[in-house]
Amino acid sequence: MAEKVIAGVTVKVNDEGYMTDPSQWNRDIAVEIAKEYNITLTDKHFAVLEFLRQRVMAGEALTIRRVGSSGIVDIKEFYQLFPGGPLKVSSKIAGIMKPLSCV
Amino acid sequence: MSNVQNPLKKVLIICAKGNLEDVYAALVLANGAVMEGIEAKMFFTFFGLDAITKKTMNSLHTATVGNPAMRMPGGLPFPTLLGALPGVEAGVSAMMRSQMDKLDIPPVKEFLEMITAGGGEVFACKLAADMFKLKKEDFTEEVSDIITVGQFYEKCAGEGVQVIFV
Repeated sequence: MAEKVIAGVTVKVNDEGYMTDPSQWNRDIAVEIAKEYNITLTDKHFAVLEFLRQRVMAGEALTIRRVGSSGIVDIKEFYQLFPGGPLKVSSKIAGIMKPLSCV
Repeated sequence: MSNVQNPLKKVLIICAKGNLEDVYAALVLANGAVMEGIEAKMFFTFFGLDAITKKTMNSLHTATVGNPAMRMPGGLPFPTLLGALPGVEAGVSAMMRSQMDKLDIPPVKEFLEMITAGGGEVFACKLAADMFKLKKEDFTEEVSDIITVGQFYEKCAGEGVQVIFV
């Protein structure tokens, strides 16, 4: 398993750059990873990231539909916040595993 | 996808069938593409129009007659004659839809909303619409246009494009 320094912290990542230990995550790391996608994180972004982290820590599989019914964003907003594959991109920024969902 | 040399950029998915499993195959493919950041367009034709027609879209059936893969709950073969009884196909289809709901697979209408929310586009085939006497207002609002086969091919232009027929 690889390690990477993000925002001054050494974190464990897999070969695609997804953090494998969500507890190593912090907001500065999120800001750094988001820059790779040219995303400037807003409070709305962070609300989504916190939601994703909570769901994953609770052992749930993430789907776009569940994010859409979270009450934080609808599906269209989710696509706008994280362009180019919202679930993948947001999970990476949230410091959680790459989602394996088909829906 | 960034480490692939020639990544897929656009998919066009043709759905020509109106049974539950084929429509969902097309929807999962289109939604999956949008989720991955791949441009996706859907083209519904012939019986596939059932999936975008307001009246029929949320009560699609799976065939209980002539479907050799059909099983009873528990795995025993499903007798074709049983499948022919009135109401059986509707019951089996409803059961299947409820199973899908448990897996967070949305109903057809909501699936189309998800696809278009992600930037995907949905089209109806002009020839089939004429044949079934369907107009724009008969279709769900996610359908952006009724187009000809020529217009469909125009939308296929570009590099890294695949056409999938369901």
